[in-house]
Amino acid sequence: MIEVKGFSFTYPTGSRPALTDVAFEVAPRELCAVVGGGGTGKSTLAGVVSGTVPHLTGGTAEGVVRVNGRDLAETPLSGLVGEVGLVMQNPFNQISGARFSVREEIAFGLENLGVPRDEMAARIDPVLEDLGLTGVRDRSPYELSGGQQQLLAIGSILVMRPTVMVLDEPTSQLDAAGNALVFDALGTLKEQGVTVLLIEHRMERLARAADRVLVLDRGAIVAQGPPGEVLADERLEEWGVSPLRYTVAARRAAARRLWPDRKPLPVTLDAAAEGFGETAGRLYRGDRGDRGDRGDRGDRR
Amino acid sequence: MIIRIDSLTFRYPNGTTALDGVSFGVGAGERVAIVGANGAGKSTLARHLVGIERPASGTVEIDGRPTDRLGIAELARTVGFVFQNPDDQLHAASVVKEVGFGPRNLRFPAARRAELVESALRRTGLTAARDTHPHHLSLGERKRVALASVLAMDTPVVVLDEPTTGQDHASIVLLGNLVDSLAADGRTVLAITHDMDFCVEHFDRVIVLANGRVAWDGPVVDWPAHVADTADESLELPQMTRLGRRLGWAGPVTTVAGFLERLPAEAGPAPVPPGG
Repeated sequence: MIEVKGFSFTYPTGSRPALTDVAFEVAPRELCAVVGGGGTGKSTLAGVVSGTVPHLTGGTAEGVVRVNGRDLAETPLSGLVGEVGLVMQNPFNQISGARFSVREEIAFGLENLGVPRDEMAARIDPVLEDLGLTGVRDRSPYELSGGQQQLLAIGSILVMRPTVMVLDEPTSQLDAAGNALVFDALGTLKEQGVTVLLIEHRMERLARAADRVLVLDRGAIVAQGPPGEVLADERLEEWGVSPLRYTVAARRAAARRLWPDRKPLPVTLDAAAEGFGETAGRLYRGDRGDRGDRGDRGDRR
Repeated sequence: MIIRIDSLTFRYPNGTTALDGVSFGVGAGERVAIVGANGAGKSTLARHLVGIERPASGTVEIDGRPTDRLGIAELARTVGFVFQNPDDQLHAASVVKEVGFGPRNLRFPAARRAELVESALRRTGLTAARDTHPHHLSLGERKRVALASVLAMDTPVVVLDEPTTGQDHASIVLLGNLVDSLAADGRTVLAITHDMDFCVEHFDRVIVLANGRVAWDGPVVDWPAHVADTADESLELPQMTRLGRRLGWAGPVTTVAGFLERLPAEAGPAPVPPGG
């Protein structure tokens, strides 16, 4: 459970707040996504919820952040280890550098938590399997591709079984298969009752997987709601977020009356196919909308 | 051909074969996207173009000269490489110093240097951040600093490793325009990308790498059909291609513009196969 109330934060060298009056909650079994432009405070928010900001960064904070009921201002970072997992944006910053193989790297967190050896094996192998890393288990983390390192960084946190999981763009370097593995893993976490806060730029899977989407703009939450609502908002680009092509196509089609009236703009393939299927059916029946008036002049971008 | 790769094979010291007989050529002004699974050899291939790696066998020729006979400095005049991780590349105390580093090392005259730096900052949307320390920028901004520092070297070939990663909407639009304008100026752009929509909107040609080999090489319009024919799970069709297929349209659709152009003509009651 994550609870953030009236939270503002300024970095020690910052001239303006990185976060302003942020308030939201994420419940267990909920996947809440955070989207927004570059430098709008998303990674800072990830740090706040995982306790590294301001404990490690310094700076001035106002407001309350509670994780599983504990006030983070009064909880030392060591008290959160194993309970809150943070997957950092750049896997290179996360890989310990102290271990010689992928398997040992995944074991590293468990060693530090003092997990018995036989239990370690039972926890590590399924994580390797789920993230498609079994084939590279004996390689050095530094011999992996960027995408594989990203999966390793995720695995090294998953294996500690945190009850709150914060991921800062975990799929940025992943191919479609890796992306699917990560979202499958997140789905399983949710079922297990984990609270998930996910910062993400790639919208298609997010649109299907997220229960709720928060938009951060210049350190403030400017919108929050179900993905179908937030990701179809016409202000999305102004907020620095690329809309899905499905939404763009439907919005342009709607301007030419080629998207069904009253149907919300789609953020998934299914919804787009349903809406455009209706349009095609209507055209087939001979109802050409207002195309007769506008003809084929222009608007053929 | 500004780039000519012939039977390139490369093994890492641990014995892993990263590239296995790769051959292709790229002409001036071409926009080529290199796609494929994580670990397929994409970044290793890119590293050969700038001479960071040298071929175990086979040849890599840049502008008619094999890279193993060119010094790094000479290669740097021809091929600009923007790393996947900007922190592998950035070192100066301000954005403008970072961007000026390359042209200074290439000993361009001061006036040309200033012009190249300003133009690179403008094209990457960093003019306002010129005096900022790169450490105080977001990852997406640092990636654009790395890109600007390569643009300022005015190389005929620009290689981008995952350019859209971590970028917000305005920056992705800017990057797309940049790829188009570099090619229009006759410069060659190679980009490694997982962003298939970006790929179909801004590139002419796609090369698919799989297990260190060229699995497919052809014009971007033909590429969706290839992906559909293979069961390669690492590749994802562009959104509009999947929508067109779901609606039962024949032939490829890749972009929003292409989709909307065909929509009025697709007047059949579309079959909607589940999960298709």
